Parts: sequence; structure tokens; C-alpha cells
Amino acid sequence: MIAIYILWLRQLKRFIRKKASIVGAIGQPIIFLLAIGFGLNPIFSKAGGGNYIQFLAPGIIVMTVLFTSIFTGLEIIWDKQFGFLKETFVAPVKRIDILIGKTLGGATVAMIQGFLVFLITLIAGFRPENIWSLPLAFLFLLLVAILSSALGAAIAARLEDMQGFPLIFNFMVQPLFFLSGAIFPLKNLTPILDFITKINPFSYAVDGLRYSFGGLSVFPIGVSLSVLVVSIVIIFGVGVYQFSKVQM
Amino acid sequence: MEIIEIKNITKKFKDFAAVDNISLTVKKGDVFAFLGPNGAGKTTTIKMLTTLLKPTKGEIFLDSHNVAENPHETRKSFGIVFQDPSLDNELTAYENMQFHAALYGLKKDVYQNRIIDLLKLVELYDRRDSFVKFFSGGMKRRLEIARGLLHHPKVLFLDEPTIGLDPQTRNLIWNYINNLNKAEDVTIFFTTHHMEEVERIAKTVAIIDHGKILIVGTIDEVIRKAGAKTLEDAFIKLTGEEIRDEKANIGLSQMKINQKLNR
Repeated sequence: MIAIYILWLRQLKRFIRKKASIVGAIGQPIIFLLAIGFGLNPIFSKAGGGNYIQFLAPGIIVMTVLFTSIFTGLEIIWDKQFGFLKETFVAPVKRIDILIGKTLGGATVAMIQGFLVFLITLIAGFRPENIWSLPLAFLFLLLVAILSSALGAAIAARLEDMQGFPLIFNFMVQPLFFLSGAIFPLKNLTPILDFITKINPFSYAVDGLRYSFGGLSVFPIGVSLSVLVVSIVIIFGVGVYQFSKVQM
Repeated sequence: MEIIEIKNITKKFKDFAAVDNISLTVKKGDVFAFLGPNGAGKTTTIKMLTTLLKPTKGEIFLDSHNVAENPHETRKSFGIVFQDPSLDNELTAYENMQFHAALYGLKKDVYQNRIIDLLKLVELYDRRDSFVKFFSGGMKRRLEIARGLLHHPKVLFLDEPTIGLDPQTRNLIWNYINNLNKAEDVTIFFTTHHMEEVERIAKTVAIIDHGKILIVGTIDEVIRKAGAKTLEDAFIKLTGEEIRDEKANIGLSQMKINQKLNR
């Protein structure tokens, strides 16, 4: 337990000490809100979709949590290159505990970022319909954070350096976000897009968060929660396997 | 009593055998110098001893634990100072020590005092709250050695611990390691390219080259068997005068460059 705690604490300390990256990480959501949110708002309203900021805000919050968690998970590559991972891996700590510590650390950091962006969306005019639904929203975000953080760690475990990073970012992280229904409604889509969005677990995260905030949703809440929990179990299993195969 | 038993281990990277069927034993309380030119297989052997790499063939016992089958128990028995730095630069010296202590399951009331003692010993106590990124190479090394000792290991592995250090720091480190071996009976397993360091503290010497053990014995035995005058002579006689590549597993492009340079 203490090993998990110290791994979590290290992640948190590193985050708090990098003030520039905290500010940097909220830059992208702000641009999305301004450019896409306000830019497409008139046309979205005219098409009968209602207020676009209201629709987009949950998607932007999920984006923040997804990106931050995956990057924190991918930091394991840095640990490898700077030799610090060896220090962790020769210690008498179970591989699963290392993964749990890393995942929870990354998830906590992402939750803080997500909360900051939530406040920004409020400034931009986003209004959750019901204050009592916030705990449910929080739960969804936590599941997103854990899922993405474990995903980042599982990928990073077998990568040697950051050269594969653009590949991961452009062919996995970006599609996970853009094809999740974060920026467009999951209705009347072409069959192929419909299929892709339905197998993307983050679609259920965005939808669930939108439901929690009182917006329109496509999937039943129970389905969304189950998909996320099952995804976490699968990715975590993959992560544990990957960690057990690491050789240095 | 043998604290390390290596039985016929081989480590292959694709077709290249970095370690080729070696067997060795190290007695408890020994100061064992593991010598060899660059790329001889020293670091690969240490990585297998410390659970970071799995041998392709063979078995290793460390403190009577089978290293491959029971890595978790094995890890409690040793401490290691790696060849390359392995500190978190974004944490302070104290925090790096604290992280280590927690990973090894030490209780706060135990580790607090021990960290202070060790930091005083390696003369970093005044810098305990500085970030490691501001440390010099020598300071980082000293911190890593202090960290390796934090959990009272039975065996301490040191992979070229004095690389890039000034004579003052080297002196401090070897004095300390020597005392540690005498006072606490910690078995020391180290590699170095400085033969005077070996002559100063080693009780047993092994020379490895091309993944094979060439000779094992006391310093006198090695010198006598090689028919040399000094340990350095014996080393060169046994391993040849040819210059080696920095690393055995370097990339193909680097190998081509080296071939051109060697021409």
C-alpha cells in the first residue's frame, strides 16, 4: 500500500512543480471552446441542436482528462530513458502495484486539470442543469481518467523512446477523442462512423457525462458505466501483462 | 557460504550471446570485482542478477532465492548502484531517498533517521532539499550509493560506481564501501575499469570477456596465473590489446561508423 501511495505522491509532486505545463494543458481546451464552440454555435442552433457550448462542454472536459491521463501514463517512457524506471523495477514491489500507483497518480493529475477546465467552461457560459448530478459527473470523469491513464501506461511499458509518440497521438489519442461524439451528436451518422463511435469506450464517457450534466444522451446510463468499467478491467489486464514482460 | 550462485547462464540478444554459459559463486562477505573490457557482458550479468533481465538459459541463486522464479523475494536482498543515473531529477535528494524507502516498505520512524545518517555520510545532508537536477555528477553518484544502502541489503551491486568522479569522491566512496563490508558484512559485487580500485579493496577477482569467464581468484592468483607483474598487465594479457566498442548491443549504423574508424 505504501508503495502505491509513494508512486501516486511522486506523480502529484511532479505535476504541481511544473506550473508551465498546467497552464499549457488548459490552452488546448480553451481554443476548442473558443474556435469550435463559439464558431459552430450559430449553425448548430439553427440546425435545431440547441446551444452548442452546452453540448460541447462535457466533450471538452473529457478531452482534457483523456489527454492529460494518457500523457502522464506515457511519462513512463521518460522514466525509462532517465533510468528511474530501473530503480522502481528492482524494488520488491509487485508489478501490479506499480501500475496501480502510476494509474492513480495520472488519474489524480488529470482530474485536477479536468476540474480547471470545467471551471473555464462555466465562464464560457456552460450551465449544468442540476447541481445534484455533479457526483455522477465526477464518477464518469474518474473512470475516464483511470481508463486513459492505464492505457498510457500499458502502451509506454513496451516503448523504448518518444519516437513512437506522434504515431500514438495522431492514430490513437486523437481518434479516441474526435470519434467519441465529443464534438458532434451521435445521431444520423453514416454506418461506418456509427460503428466506430459505438466501439469507442470514450463515446460512452462523453455521453454519460452529458447525461450527468442534464444534457441529451444516446446511451442508457447503466450501459455507459458498464462499458467504462469493463474497458478499465481489460486495459488494466493488458497493462499488468505488459509490465510483467518489461526487460531492461 | 555462497550468497550468489550463477549456474551456466546464457543471455542471447537474437543470435548474439552477450553472456555465454558462465558459472560463478560469490561467498558471503566477499568483495568481488567483476572485470572486463567494454561490452564483455558485465552489465548484462548484473542485470540478470538483479531481476531486470531474464537469462536465456541457466539459473541464478541470490541469498538462496531463485532469481528467475522468485524475483520478488530476491529484490529484498540486494541494493544496486546502476552504471547510468537512475534518480528522479524533479525530486529533492531527500525525496529520492524517501521514495526508495517507501518502495522497500520501511516505516517512517525507521527511514527518517537512516536517511539523515546516510546523507551525512555521503556529505549531502546540507543539500537534502535541493532538486537533484541541480546536482553535479559526483553528487548524484553519492546520492545513489546512499540510496542503495538505505534498506540494509545483503548484497550491494555497484556497476562502475566511480565513473567520472574526482579522486576525492572516489576515495570517500571506496572507504565507505570497505567499512560497510567489514562492519556490516555486506557482500560487495562491483565492476570498474580502475585496477588500483580493485587492488585496494577486492578480495576476489573475476575477468569476463566475450561473455565468458576467463579467470577467477584472488588478486595474487590472477596475476600469477596470467604470468604478469601487475593486475593491469594480467588484465591486458588475458583480454588482449584490441580496443572494444562502447556497447555490445549498439545499433547497426554506429557499428558501421566504428568499422570505418577502425580501418
